Amino acid sequence: MATVPLPTRPHPATAEAAPPPSNAKDKARRAHRRPGFRREQFSGWGMMAPAALLLLAFIFIPAILGFGLAFTNARLISPRPVEFVGVENFARLFSDPTFYRALLNVAYFTVVIVPVQSGLALVMALLINKKFRGVNFFRTVYFLPVVTSMVVVSLLWLFMYRKDGLINEILSAVSFGLIDGPDWLGDPNTAMPAIIILSIWQAAGFHMIIWLAGLQGISGELYEASQLDGTSRWQQFRYVTWPGLFHARSLVLVTITIQALGLFDQISVMTQGGPMDSTTTIIYEAVQSGYRQQETSYASAISLVFFVLVLIVSAVQRYLTREKD
Amino acid sequence: MKNQLLLKTAGTMLVRILFAVVAAFPIVFMLVSSLKPDQQIFGDMSSLAAFLPVGNISFDNYTAVFDRVPAARFLLNSVGVSAVTVVLGIFVNSLCAFALSRMQIRGKKIVFTAILATLIVPFQTLALPLVWWVNQLPYFELNGFSLEFSKGWLDTYQVQIIPFIANAFSIYLFHQYFESIPKELDEAARIDGAGWFKIYRRVVMPLSGPATATVAILTFLPAWNSYLWPLMVVQSEELRPVMIGIQYFFQLNVSWGEVMAYASLITVPVVVLFIAFQRSFVNSIASSGVKG
Repeated sequence: MATVPLPTRPHPATAEAAPPPSNAKDKARRAHRRPGFRREQFSGWGMMAPAALLLLAFIFIPAILGFGLAFTNARLISPRPVEFVGVENFARLFSDPTFYRALLNVAYFTVVIVPVQSGLALVMALLINKKFRGVNFFRTVYFLPVVTSMVVVSLLWLFMYRKDGLINEILSAVSFGLIDGPDWLGDPNTAMPAIIILSIWQAAGFHMIIWLAGLQGISGELYEASQLDGTSRWQQFRYVTWPGLFHARSLVLVTITIQALGLFDQISVMTQGGPMDSTTTIIYEAVQSGYRQQETSYASAISLVFFVLVLIVSAVQRYLTREKD
Repeated sequence: MKNQLLLKTAGTMLVRILFAVVAAFPIVFMLVSSLKPDQQIFGDMSSLAAFLPVGNISFDNYTAVFDRVPAARFLLNSVGVSAVTVVLGIFVNSLCAFALSRMQIRGKKIVFTAILATLIVPFQTLALPLVWWVNQLPYFELNGFSLEFSKGWLDTYQVQIIPFIANAFSIYLFHQYFESIPKELDEAARIDGAGWFKIYRRVVMPLSGPATATVAILTFLPAWNSYLWPLMVVQSEELRPVMIGIQYFFQLNVSWGEVMAYASLITVPVVVLFIAFQRSFVNSIASSGVKG
């Protein structure tokens, strides 16, 4: 939640773009500052200071530090002074086959989860958009997996995915014994799909809420007008609902993608990157080296590569979902 | 015509129920299994009994959990850390949003832009440099009457709280909400001689219940659910939050009934809180985010 970039639009024209008369008025006002101006500055900065300083200390500084540490040999606890080593960490990273495997896995995860999860979330939102009896019950149930922590979810599904676990029992029951399910997490071919399924199950409800908010922002008059024109349900969706979801759409896409690229908790609890590196991810590799092996610098290099990846992907998405005038 | 419509409604309802079943079955399975001994969990798995509290039902798993791990301590830690983060987070972020939205301060646009810019940095990229950084920070401890000074925040309560108080998304949510409150109220209060802090405390905040509830939930959830961060910065058992306590159940020969009991124990409080605040949450969380 903390890492949600918002599709902010540039502010509408402010003083600069305003016509000359108001500009002159603005200047006149500045010359005769109203009483209490100085005090307002003082209290205002005082009120912004706590949050601003905390963000500076715990986001800006570590971000810059991370950038710098990536080019050093820093370790979490080390008697040696921190030394500059140039691109050594990156050279090591780019010659590591596990890193490429992690990139591939994350790409696989993201490419599947973005369309499937956002699509299912939209279906869920459409199902509970209109008022009907029990709507609050369904909203609560659909959102239930989201409030359940990913760690608990992972542990729970770890148990359900066993060879003799609940999932295989259900599969066997609905197919009258025809399907003999695999050892989901133990097989390199099914481990990632299994993690994809549980991830969609856990997070779809969150994006459903964003879609729902978007749906409720669409004016009812548009639907009434389209009904008078005698449009079909599909046409209504295509020409009224879908365009009306513009902002929700970019928000959902960006948040799902960034969350997908940062895949970690599930891996850490369920597979530890295995079997045979089939589920290892960039962040999992970073935490492995940064935390278990205490190589802060190498982990920072991985984090930096990850950050660049996030920037590129969200820039591309912003471009593709931009408002076309 | 009418029959067709009825059929359509029934069909939609069926789809709704199908989705609800998929969303709920793992959680129901968890809660039900937490009440059963291991043998019965496996025995019930091939039938609907897996989702029903039938057979040998007891709270034995729960008592076993409290015997096996310091679960009470973990719960207390998580409650404390989350509560302090939520309370301080509401105060610090709303105060900042108040200044940004309702006061004329030179340079506030730059500050607001810088705050929103922090939203693009995923926490995962910050986590590792942040561990190194908090380990360099000074640490003050009152020992009797002398103030003791040492270095390194690792393995403390504050390292689980302070970095997560200020949050750009919370500031943004408060800002959006404050914008919808008429500014004439401030003017009226000022004419009555109220200072800015008094306007914040007596005029704006009392009108901002929904925004406060949303920020409270959005701060509480990650604080309660956080795993990666305490995994890296907390070693001592007595400082650990509930999610790390789960590691005690990673060992082999674990009793699944106990695992399910522990998982239920840390899930149920959140679910109860969520249901209590559900309405204001669902209505206001994303509506303010989507408007952009």
